[in-house]
Amino acid sequence: MEITGAEVVVRCLQEEGVEYLFGYPGGAVLFIYDELFKQDKVKHILVRHEQAAVHAADGFARSCEKPGVCLVTSGPGVTNAVTGIATAYMDSIPVVILSGQVPTHAIGQDAFQECDAVGITRPCVKHNFLVKDVRDLAPTIKKAFYLATTGRPGPVLVDIPKDVTVAKVAFNYPKTISMRSYNPVVRGHSGQIKKAVQLLTEAKRPMVYAGGGVILGNAAAELTQLVRLLGFPCTNTLMGLGGFPANDAQSVGMLGMHGTYEANMAMQHCDVLLAVGARFDDRVIGNPAHFFEEERHIIHIDIDPSSISKRVKVEVPIVGNVRETLQELIRQLDGFQERHDRSALKTWWTQIELWRARDCLKYDRGSAIIKPQYVVEKLYQLTNGDAFVTSDVGQHQMWAAQFYRFDKPRRWINSGGLGTMGVGLPYAMGVKLAHPDADVVCITGEASIQMCIQELSTCKQYHLPIKIVNLNNRYLGMVRQWQEFFHGNRYAESYMDALPDFALLAESYGHVGMRIDKPADVEPALKEALAMKDRLVFMDFITDQTENVFPMVPGGKGLSEMILV
Amino acid sequence: MRHILSLLLENEPGALSRVSGLFSARGYNIESLTVAPTEDPTLSRMTIVTSGSDEVIEQITKQLNKLVDVVKVVDLNDGEHIEREMMLVKVRASGKDREEMKRMADIFRGRIIDVTDKAYTIELTGTGAKLDAFVGAIERSAILETVRTGASGIGRGERVLKA
Repeated sequence: MEITGAEVVVRCLQEEGVEYLFGYPGGAVLFIYDELFKQDKVKHILVRHEQAAVHAADGFARSCEKPGVCLVTSGPGVTNAVTGIATAYMDSIPVVILSGQVPTHAIGQDAFQECDAVGITRPCVKHNFLVKDVRDLAPTIKKAFYLATTGRPGPVLVDIPKDVTVAKVAFNYPKTISMRSYNPVVRGHSGQIKKAVQLLTEAKRPMVYAGGGVILGNAAAELTQLVRLLGFPCTNTLMGLGGFPANDAQSVGMLGMHGTYEANMAMQHCDVLLAVGARFDDRVIGNPAHFFEEERHIIHIDIDPSSISKRVKVEVPIVGNVRETLQELIRQLDGFQERHDRSALKTWWTQIELWRARDCLKYDRGSAIIKPQYVVEKLYQLTNGDAFVTSDVGQHQMWAAQFYRFDKPRRWINSGGLGTMGVGLPYAMGVKLAHPDADVVCITGEASIQMCIQELSTCKQYHLPIKIVNLNNRYLGMVRQWQEFFHGNRYAESYMDALPDFALLAESYGHVGMRIDKPADVEPALKEALAMKDRLVFMDFITDQTENVFPMVPGGKGLSEMILV
Repeated sequence: MRHILSLLLENEPGALSRVSGLFSARGYNIESLTVAPTEDPTLSRMTIVTSGSDEVIEQITKQLNKLVDVVKVVDLNDGEHIEREMMLVKVRASGKDREEMKRMADIFRGRIIDVTDKAYTIELTGTGAKLDAFVGAIERSAILETVRTGASGIGRGERVLKA
C-alpha cells in the first residue's frame, strides 16, 4: 500500500521511537502536521519560536541518551532554527531537524518562504539532506538518525519539499543503514593504549582532564573507575561537569577561564596529562604558548581525530569511543598501583591541597545584598545536588557551574561552545519532558531569559513545572565584568534598563512569580518554590550588581595567570 | 609547504560546496581545485592544491575525512606522484610572430588546436610550473586569453586510490 510522504515522515518518527517532536507549523509542512494530527504516538510540542524548538530538542537529548527531534517550516522557520542548530553543533548534540521546503518545481524561483536551508545550515550541521524524491525519504530519515547519534554526534537536517510530502510511495523503513563514506571508529588502538599506560605509570605529577565527550559517550562510570584506580586528580571542563563526581576528594573542580585555582595550577604544572573527550579549547587552556612553557606528556582520547592535535600537539593520540577505550585502558592498568611511584604522587597531592587551600571560590557570606553564589549554593543544598540544572550564558552560568556540584552526568545542561543566550528555558522544557518527575531548574539572568521568554507560554500549555532562578543584577553581568576589568569601567550598553516585573510577567502567563531581594528570604523562597511540584515558579532574585566571577584567566593569558578574589 | 590532496567523494549535489565551505570556514588556502566524476558514476575524484604547515595540512586532511560525503583522502605528497594541469592559451599570431609562436608551442610540446589569420589557440599540458614557464617565455602582450584547469594528481606505480 502506498502512503504519502507526509505519512512516511510520521511513520519514520514512530519507527525511531520518537516521543516528543518540538515544532512550529507553516505552509510547507502542513501535510506533515495533518498526519501528526491523525496519530498520538509522537507527541508534538508547539513552541513559540523555532529557535526554542531546536533548543528544547537539544536539551532533551543532553539530558537523556536519545536524539532530540524538531520540525520547522521553510524560510523563516529554518532561519529561526539556525541559532539552535549551531548551538547543538558546537556541543556535538544529536538532534534531527526536519524542515519544510517549497515544492521542488519552485526551488530557486525565490518562492514565498523559500530559503536555501541546506546551504544556510551546511556549516553548522554534521550533515544535511534535501529530499527531492519521495522514494528517498525514509532511507534519508534513517540516515539522519544514524548520523546524528553515532560517532561524534551532531545535528542533522532533512529538508523536505512540500510536493514530496504529497507524493506516494510504499513505506519501508530500513532496519539498518551503512554508508561507505561514514565509518566512525569505535575501539581505540590497543598499541596506543599501551603507550598511554606506560606514560601514566611513569607520571610523577599526573592529571586527568575530562570533557563533554565523557558525558556524550556515556562513560562517566568508566571515568570514575579509572580515576579512582589511578589515584590522580581529575578536572572537568564546563561541558564535562558530572562526568566525575564533584564531591569526590580527587575532583579539583572545573578548569579554564573561570575554573578553580587548583585545577588550573595542576593543569599547568602536571607532567602527564590524560585528556578524555575534551578539546583544549581557548576557554580551557588560555594562551597555548603559555600552556607550552611547561613540558608535559599528553595522552588524548577522542572519537573525533580532528579534535586531536588541533590546538595542542599530543604525544599519544587514541581515536575511539571514550567508553570502550576507557574500559580497555582500565584492563591494561591491572596492577597499576604496585608499579606506580606513589610517593611522588603523594607529594603532588600535597601541592594540590595547598592550591586548594587558597579557597578560590570564596565570597562575602555576610553581605546585606543577595550574592548570586549564595542562591546557587542554597539551591544545591535544597535539591540535594540532584536536580537537572539548565543555564543560559554569562556570569550566572559560571556561578552555576562553580557552586552546583554535579555528581552525576547529564544533570548540567548549558551551551558551552556557542555560548547562546536564551537556551536556558527551552533546555529546561526538553529536560522536564524527558524527566517529568525530576526537579528541573533553569538558572538564568534577566538578560538571557528575555531572549526566549515567550516559551513561558509553551510551559503553560504543556504543564511543565520548571523552576526558574533569575539572578537579576540589572546588568549584562559578564559584559559588565569585562568592561570593568579591561575597558576602564566604561559600561557601554551593558545596563539593562526598562526591565519588566518578572514576577508579574510570569503570572500573566499563568505561572507563579516571586521577587526576592533579601538574603534571609532566599532559602524560604527556594523551599516554597521547590515544594510547588506542579507549578512553574519564576523566582526573581535581586542580586549584587557588582559581583564578579572569580577566578578569571583573562583572554590571551595563561592558566596560571588567574585574577583571584 | 604546497600539498596536493586527492579525494574520492560521493557524486552528490552539494558535495563540492561542503569541501569548499570547509576551506573558507576554517581559513585554509585553496590554490586550485578540480573535480569530475570517476569511472564509477556515483563517485567524484577531486584534486585540491593547498598550502600550509604540517599541522595545518594534518587538520585539513582530518577535517576533510570528517565530511560525510568524503569517502577517502590521500595527501599525494606522502609518496611519489604525478601531477598534470592543462592550459588553453589564445595568442596573437600574425606577421613575424606567427612562426615564433608555432616554434614556442613545439618547444613546450603544446598543440595548436585552433587557428585564425591572427591567432592560435594552444593546448598545453604539464605541471603548473611548466605552464608558468610557457606563459613566461612568450611575449606578455601576445597573450589574448588563458584558461587553466588546475592540477590533477595521481600516485606513481601500483599505488591506487579506490573506494
